[in-house]
Amino acid sequence: MTAVTAAGAATTSRPTGQRLARILDRWLLPIYAGAATAYLILPVAVMILFSFNDPTGRSNLNFRQFSLDAWLNPLGRPGLGDAVLNSLIIAAIATLVSTILGTMIALALVRYGFRGRNATNLLIFLPMSTPEIVLGASLLTSFIASVQLPFVPEGLLYPLSIRTIVIAHIMFNISYVVVTVKARLTGFPRHLEEAAMDLGATEWTTFWKVTFPLILPGVVAAALLAFSLSIDDFVVTSFTSGATQTFPLYIYGAQLRGIPVQVNVIGTIIFVSAVLLVILTTLWQRRVAARDFAPLTTIES
Amino acid sequence: MTAASPPIATRASRRFSRRAIAPYVLLAPGLLWLAIFYIYPAIQMFLVSLWTGNIESGYEMTFNFGIYPEALSQYWPWIVRSVEYGGLATLLAFALGLPLAYAIAFRGGQYKNILLFLVIAPFFTSFLLRTISWKIILADDGLVLGPLKEAGLLDPSVRLLATPAAVVAGITYNFLPFMTLPLYVALEKIDKRLIEAAEDLYAGPWRPGGTIVGGVGGGVMGLLIGAIMGYSILPFVLVGAVGGALIGTFLISEAFIRVTLPLALPGIFAGSLLTFIPAVGDFINAELLGNPQAQMIGNVIQARYLKTVDYPTASALSFILMAAILIGVLVYTKLLGTEQLTGTGV
Repeated sequence: MTAVTAAGAATTSRPTGQRLARILDRWLLPIYAGAATAYLILPVAVMILFSFNDPTGRSNLNFRQFSLDAWLNPLGRPGLGDAVLNSLIIAAIATLVSTILGTMIALALVRYGFRGRNATNLLIFLPMSTPEIVLGASLLTSFIASVQLPFVPEGLLYPLSIRTIVIAHIMFNISYVVVTVKARLTGFPRHLEEAAMDLGATEWTTFWKVTFPLILPGVVAAALLAFSLSIDDFVVTSFTSGATQTFPLYIYGAQLRGIPVQVNVIGTIIFVSAVLLVILTTLWQRRVAARDFAPLTTIES
Repeated sequence: MTAASPPIATRASRRFSRRAIAPYVLLAPGLLWLAIFYIYPAIQMFLVSLWTGNIESGYEMTFNFGIYPEALSQYWPWIVRSVEYGGLATLLAFALGLPLAYAIAFRGGQYKNILLFLVIAPFFTSFLLRTISWKIILADDGLVLGPLKEAGLLDPSVRLLATPAAVVAGITYNFLPFMTLPLYVALEKIDKRLIEAAEDLYAGPWRPGGTIVGGVGGGVMGLLIGAIMGYSILPFVLVGAVGGALIGTFLISEAFIRVTLPLALPGIFAGSLLTFIPAVGDFINAELLGNPQAQMIGNVIQARYLKTVDYPTASALSFILMAAILIGVLVYTKLLGTEQLTGTGV
């Protein structure tokens, strides 16, 4: 450990101050890091703890008694099952479409020089730098106004439905997919593609046999991000949902009356599955990286 | 291309033209989606803001630009409050996130991946559920106030929930990972040998400078917190200045100010944008943790759209919010370049 304040070790003028600085430097930062991460995790821990609560009244705000009731019957509230199912359907479709569209944009941005590059980068950045409430509000106004447009089939965009939620989620996911895939594409070994083409592979074969397996970890990471953004989205969804219920909308509706314990159970299930998925993909990516990139680095060096 | 040209050249030129259109083919579907469902709605929202009428009798396009000064003057306090809350939350997130990112990047060692994972773990839980958890933690007899009140250290009437402090705390918490991650990415990239070189070249512990920087920083933070929360300012400034000076004296080295911080600038900018933008537009924290006097512009927009169905005013306010943020972002983009922005974005 090379201490930042190590330069002071040579001087002996203020030994107490030096020692104090050394102690602070060695212990304060790790203790702070531990405290800060504990602070970040605290609400999650509270959510999990309260999934085992047996509340007396309607509200689940005070811990009364340990109980497994909600865990044994996680969907045992009217409408909750439908809301969770809708969330899963929306997240699945939005993830699939936005991952494909976003990956294509990322490939174009990293691999080709073309006119309009800066404009494209800006268009990708804009939705990420617009507050969610503005995204939702502008979509709502355009869905309402679409009634007046002659070329939009009646009932496609208005009344609002699960369709309009999916459209909105694809829109805000695309930028995040582009940024994630782009980050993995930089430093991509282009000579492998050239080698494949030199050996007679068509561009199409080269893409599926060489390029795609190499960018797959980035694409999977982007898809996971898109899925988690989509399944958790409340703000944009509340503007584009109409009468459709999703899990976050259900929570919002329930929090006015008192949240059922089942909501904490499903929140915990989503949290644990997400954590497991991330751990599994990280392990898998390490194996892929060890297999694909290790020989490359030895050749290059 | 003539018929007489040799086959090799034809194939080469065909491949060339295919390469020329390939990027546009790849870009078209995604960019079209963004054009139809991001750009067009923004324009449509602007047009709706110029409508007059109401939901019962229908709306009519009247190019009523007067709605803008009207909405601005009517909702000015909400706009100011949003900027104050968002700004303070961004500053607090920076003060909390910088040491955390620094600790992970420079002292993480074998725990680096676990710590990073813990920073993003809150994202795997619903934003609403996390905020509701804070409602439980900050409740009048909750995790924070309960023990203090029982020990007799606090008056039973002291509240955290339903105060501006709770709103700012909630926003700071919810967007802290957006600040920490770009800071970490920027710090992680720094070549540690540069810092060693600075120390070899007599960059010392920088005691007086650290005291001043820490003291002023802590004092300003205390001033802002006290002013926005509506408490008496002096104790906040004093505590902030003394605390900041103490931390600064022992932890801010010359190498940190002269080498680490300038190299971390892209992360600082990206992190502050990624925190400030959602913070200003947020309405969940104000709704769940605040009180009627601590509502933000997002609350007004949401209520005007979904509760009172006053589309023109809501659209005008929403457009103002978008325009103000986009102008800020574009100025920043000009300063740093778009590639860098999207590169360090996440």
